[in-house]
Amino acid sequence: MAALLEVNNLVKKYKTVLAVDGTSFSVKQGICFGLLGPNGAGKTTTIEIIEDVIAPTSGEILYKGKPRTASFKDEVGIQFQTTSLLSFLTVRETLETFQSLYRHATEIDDLVGMCHLGEFQHQYNDKISGGQRQRFLLAMALINQPELLFLDEPSTGMDPQARHNLWDLIQQIRQDGKTIILTTHYMEEAQYLCDEIAIMDYGKIIARGTPQELIKHHSPEMTVILPAGSLGRALGQLPLPYRKVHDTVEIKTNDVNSCLDLLISQNVDLSDLMVQSPSLESVFLNLTGRQLRE
Amino acid sequence: MSFKRFWAMFKARNREFFRDRAAFGWNFLFPFLIVAGFGIIFGGKSYTEYNVGLFPHETVMVTPAQIRIPDGLRKMRYIKFIGIPTLAQGLDKLKHHKIDFLLKLGNPPYDYYVSEASPKGYVIEQMFKSSLIPPDFKIGAQKKEIQGTAIRYLDWLFPGILAMNMMFSALWGVGYVVVRYRKNGVLKRLKVTPLNAFEYLSAQALSRIFLLMFTLVVVWLGCDFIFSFTVLGSYVDLFLIFFLGSTSLTALGLVLAARGTSEEFTTGILNFISWPMMFLSEVWFSLEGAPAWVKGAAQIFPLTHILTAVRKIMLDGAGLMDVSVEVTILTLMTLGFLSLGAVMFSWNK
Repeated sequence: MAALLEVNNLVKKYKTVLAVDGTSFSVKQGICFGLLGPNGAGKTTTIEIIEDVIAPTSGEILYKGKPRTASFKDEVGIQFQTTSLLSFLTVRETLETFQSLYRHATEIDDLVGMCHLGEFQHQYNDKISGGQRQRFLLAMALINQPELLFLDEPSTGMDPQARHNLWDLIQQIRQDGKTIILTTHYMEEAQYLCDEIAIMDYGKIIARGTPQELIKHHSPEMTVILPAGSLGRALGQLPLPYRKVHDTVEIKTNDVNSCLDLLISQNVDLSDLMVQSPSLESVFLNLTGRQLRE
Repeated sequence: MSFKRFWAMFKARNREFFRDRAAFGWNFLFPFLIVAGFGIIFGGKSYTEYNVGLFPHETVMVTPAQIRIPDGLRKMRYIKFIGIPTLAQGLDKLKHHKIDFLLKLGNPPYDYYVSEASPKGYVIEQMFKSSLIPPDFKIGAQKKEIQGTAIRYLDWLFPGILAMNMMFSALWGVGYVVVRYRKNGVLKRLKVTPLNAFEYLSAQALSRIFLLMFTLVVVWLGCDFIFSFTVLGSYVDLFLIFFLGSTSLTALGLVLAARGTSEEFTTGILNFISWPMMFLSEVWFSLEGAPAWVKGAAQIFPLTHILTAVRKIMLDGAGLMDVSVEVTILTLMTLGFLSLGAVMFSWNK
């Protein structure tokens, strides 16, 4: 599949900070590409350079194999992490205003139906709830029938119901053949939505692949979880790496069967045992560390 | 330039203005209240009034016919007599410029007090002395009547109030609003659409000019209905000058809107420009007699030229050719401000 977007050796340097340090990646057409990283990793800067909000210090961005032209803005849809809108306009009027800014536009009623805006389309855009606002901002990003859609932390601040509803919506958009570039702090979201993921830290891409590939390469171990009390004296004699988390013990292993055999041989009570598959979150923490950022 | 995109922004900005009821109402109410206030205070008379304190007098209210003061002074116009119980109280008021002249009631020779630091005190002292000259004294002067319609202070003040309102509305409605939009990310959202800076800025400017002219017409009609202002020149010429003035002030607003994300800093800059402009452009009082450098400094403000042209048309019956200097200056200022604003404009810095 051809790359819709290519980023080559992108650098963004502020006075004393190197926000993006020679980043390169490409995004194939029709996929959902996730850009993950801790706060301050350079994700938003990278995305905003691609969106043409800020200028890079150096580097090259190719869209459909060529440098971006004026038509790029007509072909991409953008949902910023935070944004304010024109005051005293209703949701529908705001959509109509943005519709007028593009050559090709989606029918407002189609967007209202697709993003479930019907109930509040005639309310002022600053009088709607957080979940409604995110769906509305997504509708705004889709107003021009974009080929490439940027979603910067689209579900931040949403309750679980609203978040799952948004995920379904994004899946639907992807199934319609659009290419999506997503940044998020929710690993579950990235694992659910993304076909390919790049993990960024200190301005560089430090890992890249499908969620399954990343897990396989960077966090292949299963986690066996037991109440600390059930291990008793056996805890000190375990030949496996483990760590205490509150009143439980987490044992990392590549071979669950052998681990369980070992625990049974130590007469450990397994009635409250849980086994956790490796996740993107563990990949993320393994790669970027557990220390607090910002 | 896409008219569709321009129109979308123009319409959105107008909706914002008309739906923000508090700001919308205040735009009309503010100039109307000022004009109405001055109309009530001066009632069509001159605004110059001299306060003469009389002591000893138990009540503040004084009936001139019942007090012993020179007859000439009693009959003088534009003098307000204020009763004061004691000399000490009178001197205190004189020192603080609450009164211009203090006179002891009684028979001649009169005792009076005047502050050397008070120009009005000096004038009223001369008026008081002249009132002591016998009425049959021959004076080598003859009063001549001014020809034409008498112009009230309110007629002179009214265009100043309108233009001042226009200035605040243009500077804050464009300069401050665009900076606020830059700070809260609205401009960033617009930047990633095909809308270009020229389309956005021209929509902002023309929307504001439209609103300024709309406000002007409504306030003018409302105030004129009550106060019947003198207009010796053409209403069309007046409208054209106000239109050019609003364009010039809005263009200045665009310069202030071109950069910055700090509302506090922009507020400071707006105050720094608007307050001297208000005081030096003869909104409230004439600069006649002011030092030459003050008059010269006033020429840098568009408001000065707007008011000069408007007052010439309104009060002197001038035509557009008579105000061609002001028209030229305003046009050049507008072009200069627009060019500067366009060069400096940034969506996100």
